[in-house]
Amino acid sequence: MHWWRQKTVNDFLEERKKKLEEFKRQVRKKATNYEPIDIPNGIFIKCDQCGAAIYEKTLETNHLICPYCDFHFRMSAKKRLELTVDEGSYLEFDQLVTSVNPLNMPDYEDKLSKGKKLTGMEEAFLSGVATIVKIKVAIGILDSHFMMGSMGSAVGEKVTRLIEYATKESLPLIIFSASGGARMQEGILSLMQMSKTSGALHYFDEKGLLYISVLTNPTTGGVAASFASLGDINIAEHSSLIGFAGARVIKQTIRQDLPEGFQTDQFQLEHGMVDMVIHRKEMRKTLYKLLELHMDKEVSN
Amino acid sequence: MENTAWEKVKLARHPKRPTAQTIIKELFTDFIELHGDRLYQDDRAIIGGIATFNGIPMTVIAEEKGVTTEEKIRHNFGMPHPEGYRKALRLMKQAEKFKRPILCIIDTPGAYPGIGAEERGQASAIATNLKEMMGLKTPILIVVLSEGGSGGALAIGVGDHVMMFENSIYAILSPEGYASIIYKDSQKADVAANLMKLTAQDLFAYHVIDEIIPESKGLHIDPDYGIKALNKALNQRLKQVTKLTIEELLKKRYAKFRQMGIYLEQGEETHESST
Repeated sequence: MHWWRQKTVNDFLEERKKKLEEFKRQVRKKATNYEPIDIPNGIFIKCDQCGAAIYEKTLETNHLICPYCDFHFRMSAKKRLELTVDEGSYLEFDQLVTSVNPLNMPDYEDKLSKGKKLTGMEEAFLSGVATIVKIKVAIGILDSHFMMGSMGSAVGEKVTRLIEYATKESLPLIIFSASGGARMQEGILSLMQMSKTSGALHYFDEKGLLYISVLTNPTTGGVAASFASLGDINIAEHSSLIGFAGARVIKQTIRQDLPEGFQTDQFQLEHGMVDMVIHRKEMRKTLYKLLELHMDKEVSN
Repeated sequence: MENTAWEKVKLARHPKRPTAQTIIKELFTDFIELHGDRLYQDDRAIIGGIATFNGIPMTVIAEEKGVTTEEKIRHNFGMPHPEGYRKALRLMKQAEKFKRPILCIIDTPGAYPGIGAEERGQASAIATNLKEMMGLKTPILIVVLSEGGSGGALAIGVGDHVMMFENSIYAILSPEGYASIIYKDSQKADVAANLMKLTAQDLFAYHVIDEIIPESKGLHIDPDYGIKALNKALNQRLKQVTKLTIEELLKKRYAKFRQMGIYLEQGEETHESST
C-alpha cells in the first residue's frame, strides 16, 4: 500500500470520528433541553409469576389478577370484602379486640403498629355479617399484609366469636384464610388458638350449619392445621400456596429438592384436601351457588 | 434452685429420660397395642392400645420417640405423619364407643415435615383431631412427658385435664426454630428458650395446663418418683372426671380452651386466661 494512500484513509477516519463526536455532543445537548417527564413511582407493578409489567389501574380493575398469566396477587381483607359481599350490607364485629404483648417479645409492638398502618385494620382478621346476593352470612377474612395474617390471641378470639355468633344465629359461615400460621410472638398462647377455633367449629357442626373455608395465598402452619382445613366445603383460590410445614423446613429435614408444584392449589386438589380450585373472578358466584344449595327448601309436590 | 428455661429444654431432651413406652409399662401391666389408621398405614411415631388402670379399661395413646438408634428410626423420632393422628382419632372414637377414658402421652419434637406428610394432609389430620377431641364423649386426660412440639403435640392434646411433667416443655416451635426466626440465628436457642415461656411452670401460670407432675431429681435420674406421682394424679383426676355427666364434661372442656389467650378489648381491661 502507498504511503499517501494510507495517510488519506487515516485522515478520513479521524475526520469522521470528530464529526461523530460533535454529532453526539449536539444530540446530548438537545436531549437535556427537554423538560424531564414526571413518571410517578409504582404505576407499573411487576408480576411475581411471569415478570410482566402491569399498569396499576389495570391490575386494580382486574381483581388484582395478572392479565398476562392469570397470577392472583395477594389481596387486602378490605378489597376482598368489597368483591365478595353486597354493597352496604356489611356490619363489622369486634374491631376493638386487639393484641397485647403477653410474653414481652422484642419488637412485637413495632410489628403490630406496622401492620395497623399498612392495612388500616386493628388486627389481621376482619369479621362481621353481610349478605351475598341477599343471603345473610357470617364472614371472616384474614389479611396477609398484617403480620402475615398470623393468628395470636386476638385473631383467635375474633375467629371464635364469629363462629359462635354464626352458631347462635344459625348463619352460614365463610372464612377466607391468608396466613403464615400461628403468631410466633405470642408463643404457646397462639398455639392454643388452634384448639379454641377448631373446638368452636365442633359446636357449629352440631347445629347442622354450613361452613365454607376459602384457602387463599398463602394458607399454612397453624391456620391450615385448624379452622382453614375444617370447612364442609374447602375452596382453594387459584395460585395459592397451601400446606402445613414451610418449604424451607421440609427441605432442611429431608435434604432433597421439592417436586415442582409442591403445596400449590392444584397439589391440594390432586391430593384430595380441597373440593375445588376457583378463579378469583368466579369466587362470589361460586359462594352464592353453594349458599343457595344449602338454603332450607320445601319439597313441592 | 429453679432451672432456667434452657436447662429445662436440655432436661426434657436428656437421652436417659424415659420415653412413653416405659411410662406405659410402669403404669399399666396389661397394655394391648392396636395398630393402624385403616386408611394408609401404621405410624409407629404414635402407639396406642387398651390397658386397665385400677381395674378400669382405658385407651392409651402416646407419641413414642424410641430409645435405641434402631427404635428411634422405627418411631421416626416421635414425629408423626398424618396417619399417626388418624390412628389416634380412630382409637379415640373406639374409646368413645366403649365408654373408656383416654390417656394421651405427648412427647414429640413436632409433626413430621416431609413430602409424604404434606401429600397425605398433615394440616387436615391435625385440624380434624382438634375439632373431634373437643366433642369426644368420654373423658380425656393429657400428660406432656418431655417435649410438646407445636401442632404435632396439640393434635393429641385437647382434653379435660392437661398435665405436664416438671421438666417437660410445650411450645409453638423448637427454641432453635424460634431463634432462627427472631434472631436469624439458631445458635441463640438458649436466649430464645428463656423468652418463649415454654416450661411447665410458665404454662401453668398462663392457665394453659392444669397440673404439674413433680419429678424430684428428674425422670432421667429417678424415673420411679415421677411415674408414681403421675399414677397418683391419674387416679385422682380419673375419679373427678368420671363423676361428671358427659354434658358437664364437654362444657367444661370447651370453657377451658375457650378462655385461653391474652388480648385487649378497648374500653375494657386486658382479658387474661383464667380458670
